[in-house]
Amino acid sequence: MKGIILSRKIKNKLNATWMTIWTVFIFFIPLLLTAGLILKSSILLKDHSFFNLVTSSIWKPLSGEFGFLPFIISSLLVTVLALLIAGPVCLLSAIHLTQYANRYILQIMQPVIDILAGLPSVIYGVWGIIIIVPFISEKIAPLFGIQTSGYTIISGALVLSVMIIPFILNILLDIFNAIPKELQEASLSLGASQWYTIKFVLIKKAFPGVVSAMGLGLSRAFGETIAVLMVVGNVASIPKGIFQPGYPLPALIANNYGEMLSIPLYDSALMLAALFLLILVIAFNLISRLLIIRYEKRFA
Amino acid sequence: MKRGSLNKYYLRKISLKAEEIFFRATMLFSSCIIIFILLLIIYSILQKGLPSLSIDMLTQTPKGGFYFGKEGGILNAIIGSIYLSLGATSLAFIIGLPVALFMNIWLSHKKKLVNSFRFILDLLWGIPSIVYGAFGFTVMIYFGIKASLIGGIVVVSLFILPIMIRAIDEGLKSSSVGLIEASYSLGSTKTETAFKVMMKQCLPCIITAVLLSFGRSIGDAASVLFTTGFTDHIPTSLTQPTATLPLSIFFQLSSPIPEVKSRAYAAALVLTVIILIISLSSRLFTIKYKKNRINF
Repeated sequence: MKGIILSRKIKNKLNATWMTIWTVFIFFIPLLLTAGLILKSSILLKDHSFFNLVTSSIWKPLSGEFGFLPFIISSLLVTVLALLIAGPVCLLSAIHLTQYANRYILQIMQPVIDILAGLPSVIYGVWGIIIIVPFISEKIAPLFGIQTSGYTIISGALVLSVMIIPFILNILLDIFNAIPKELQEASLSLGASQWYTIKFVLIKKAFPGVVSAMGLGLSRAFGETIAVLMVVGNVASIPKGIFQPGYPLPALIANNYGEMLSIPLYDSALMLAALFLLILVIAFNLISRLLIIRYEKRFA
Repeated sequence: MKRGSLNKYYLRKISLKAEEIFFRATMLFSSCIIIFILLLIIYSILQKGLPSLSIDMLTQTPKGGFYFGKEGGILNAIIGSIYLSLGATSLAFIIGLPVALFMNIWLSHKKKLVNSFRFILDLLWGIPSIVYGAFGFTVMIYFGIKASLIGGIVVVSLFILPIMIRAIDEGLKSSSVGLIEASYSLGSTKTETAFKVMMKQCLPCIITAVLLSFGRSIGDAASVLFTTGFTDHIPTSLTQPTATLPLSIFFQLSSPIPEVKSRAYAAALVLTVIILIISLSSRLFTIKYKKNRINF
C-alpha cells in the first residue's frame, strides 16, 4: 500500500519536472527567433547603416545595394488599405450581430466566420486570381482610365481585407459582448432610443477595444504572405498609386529566400526583412493586447 | 415648451431615426456581404476545381515534372500534406497538452504567472508563419539538413503550438475549480487529477484544438515553402523533400500550361473540402459533447 502511494508521488514529482522544462522551453522560442534573426542580419548591418537601408529605394542585391523602402511602402500601403476596407465592415457587422440580429442570422454567421477564419491563405490567393484580379483590370481600373494587368496593390489589399475580416470580427464580437448589459439598460430606461444608446453608450465604451481589434487586424495583415504574393504583382520599385504593382516584405522573403543563400549579404538582407516583420508585428500585438487587457479589467 | 424648440426636438428625433434606419441598412448589408464573400469564394473554387477533378487526378502523381508535365494528378501533394499535418499536429499535441495542463493545474494558484504566460502565447500566435519558415530554414542550413519532411514537421509544429496550447487552455480555464478540489479530496495526486479527470472533462475541447491545429498546419504555405521543399514523388522517409497541397497550388497555378493549372485548381478544391470537413466536424463535436460536461 505504502509502495503504491510512494510510486504515485514519485510519478507526480517526475511529471512536474518535465512539464516545467517544456513550459520554459516554449518561453525560449521567441527569444531564440529574435536572437537568430539579429545574429544573421548583423552581417549586413556591419557595413550598411540602418538608416540608409530603410531610406534607399535601390534594390540591386548582386551589386550589394539593399534599399528596403519600396518593400516597406508596399507593405504599409497594402496593409492600411486592407484595414480601411475591412474595418468599417467588421464594425458595422459586429454591432449588427450583437445588437440587432435575430437568432437565425447568428446561427448562419457563426459557421460563416469560422469557415472564413479557417480557409488557408493560398485559397484566398486562388480566389484573388480568379475573381479579384480580372475584376480590377476589367471593371475598376477602366473607371479611372487606367490600363493594368490587375496584379496591383489594390487587389492585394482587397484579398487581404477579406482574410482579416473573420479575425477582427471575432475580437469585436467578444468586445461588444463584454460590455455590461446594465449600462445599456440604464440608457434605455432614461428614454433613449436603441440607436442613441448604441451611438453614445456602446461605441463610446467599446472604443479602446475597437482600436485594439483594428491593431491586431493590422498586425495579422502585415505578416500575410502567400495570398498577397499571388496577386500583388511583385515589382521592386516604389508604387506610385494603388493601381500599380507592389512588393511587400513577406513576399520579398518568400520569393527570394532559399535560392540566394550563396550570397551571404543577400541572405542577411532577407533575414533583416524577417526581423522587421517580427518586430513590427510583435510591437503592434503587444500594444493592442495590453489595451484589450486594460479594457477588460474595467468591466471585470 | 416654445414652438421653435419643439420643432427642433422633432427635427432631432427624425434625424436620429433616419440615421438609425441608414445604419441598420448598412449593418445588415455588411453582414450579408460577409456571407456573400464566403459563397463567392466557395463558388469560384468549385467552378474551377470541379471540371478538373477526376479519379486520375486524385490517384496519380504528376508525370514529367510538376511544372511542365501535362499528365498525372496531385496524389503526391495530398499524401505529403497529410503526412506533414499529422506529424506536426501530433508533435504539437505531445508538447502542448502537458503544457496546458501544467498551466491550469500545477500553476493554478499563480494567476499572474499563468496570465503572463497566456499573453506570451498570444504574441507567439501573432508571429507570421513566413518568419518561422525563414528562421527554420536558416537553422536547418546551419545543421546541414536539406529540405525534408522532418524539417517541415518541426517548423510547422512550432508554428501551431501556441494555437494548440491556447485552445486547450481555454477549455481547461472554463471548467470549474470544484472538480479539481473534489478530485484532490479523494486523495488523487496532481498528475492523476490532470490526466484522468481534467483531460476527460475537456475532451471535446481537446478534439477541437487538435482539429483547429490540423487545419492550420495543412493550409499554411509560407512555413513549408523552404523547409519541406517540393517533389513529384510520395516521400518514403522522413528525410526526403515532400510536396504539400498549398505549395502544389502555388507553384502549379503560375504555370502557363492549362493542364498544369487545372491540377492547381483541383488541389485548391481538395484543400477547401478538407478545411470545410474539419470546420464542420469540430462544430458538431462541440455541440454533441457539450451536454456530457460535469458542471458544479
